[in-house]
Amino acid sequence: MSDPSRWSDHAVEQTIGRFLQFGVILAAGVVLIGATLLLVQHGRAPASYAVYHSAPEQLRTIGGIVRGALALDSRAIVQLGLVLLVATPVVRVAFMLIAFVVQRDTIYVAISAVVLALLLYGLLLGRA
Amino acid sequence: MTTLTFTLLVGAGSFGGGLLGALTGLGGGIIVVPMLTLLFHVDLRYAIAASLVSIIATSSGAASAYVREGFTNVRVGILLEIATVIGALIGAALSSHIPKSALAVLFGAVLLFTAYRSTRPREEHALLTTPDKWSARLRLDSTYPAADGEQPYSVHNVPTGFSLMFIAGILSALLGIGSGIIKVLAMDQTMRLPFKVSTTTSNFMIGVTAAAGTGVFLRAGQIDPTLTFPVMLGVLAGALLGARILARTNTDRLRQIFTAILVVSALQMLYKGLRGSV
Repeated sequence: MSDPSRWSDHAVEQTIGRFLQFGVILAAGVVLIGATLLLVQHGRAPASYAVYHSAPEQLRTIGGIVRGALALDSRAIVQLGLVLLVATPVVRVAFMLIAFVVQRDTIYVAISAVVLALLLYGLLLGRA
Repeated sequence: MTTLTFTLLVGAGSFGGGLLGALTGLGGGIIVVPMLTLLFHVDLRYAIAASLVSIIATSSGAASAYVREGFTNVRVGILLEIATVIGALIGAALSSHIPKSALAVLFGAVLLFTAYRSTRPREEHALLTTPDKWSARLRLDSTYPAADGEQPYSVHNVPTGFSLMFIAGILSALLGIGSGIIKVLAMDQTMRLPFKVSTTTSNFMIGVTAAAGTGVFLRAGQIDPTLTFPVMLGVLAGALLGARILARTNTDRLRQIFTAILVVSALQMLYKGLRGSV
């Protein structure tokens, strides 16, 4: 943090770019592993999405998804990959907040804090 | 149909959507929902959630390159994300209270508007460098890499752009689209950003906007992993290939084809929505 050039606008942009790439590759990798397992286990089951019924509780909360993935449930592993994908832009905003704090850019600390709070609200408390 | 066959067909269709979306600049999300509902008879609520997930992937993937090249205006992006994220949270909350037939009609209308905009030539506007009150206070003015070095530009009409972004956020979560067309309208036409800056900054914001809506849908149980994975992986692979071959592809003809597909999808969505058979 003592080296200001590490936190210049340009350096922050490079880090954000690399992080977004990493997040998407990680998420897609986890989804791919879960998807392969899912097709091996349930590939012959009939597919029908014509009637909507919401996903079971254990595929709706982060705790349930992580527990399912650790138990190697293929649907939960796919869902974990999707959670990692959703988390990627959220962590990007958190990183920008830190960068603005280091830059002592008060207005943008406030702006990115508001965006982060709204995103966390949606993820943890939002209702459809 | 077995899950394996369904996965392969949906994956292939999503790949085509992602490819055409990247090559025409209209984004793959706009065609994924009509494809899933009209061709594969997927319930509109599943389709919207799956499409929104795929949008996070393509937006973040493309943004990783643009932001490093220095086109993206990250201050404009994070400022307008307040509006798009609030809009997305409202859109996601509204979506379960709006009848599916109404959503289908709204989707058809947005598709028609997108097709109309894509056929019109882009209006070039001169870059403004005169200062603006809001832009100065929020230090939004920046530079971008042009052919002859860094080109400075200033940002205008911040409150109007902010309001348009709020609408873009609502539509994004409500319909499972990136709303790129409205975001570019707001930034290119209203805030007078250079075209390349508005498209890349729009893309930068789409991931955050879609993540806000997706988080709500995940908790509501609207995201089905078995349906969503071929859509996400297919659109992402198509978009990555599209970005690679963009420079040596004649996009005019593809744009006409894609616009025709959008119009046909729009009419079918309107017809089904108005008949109430969604």
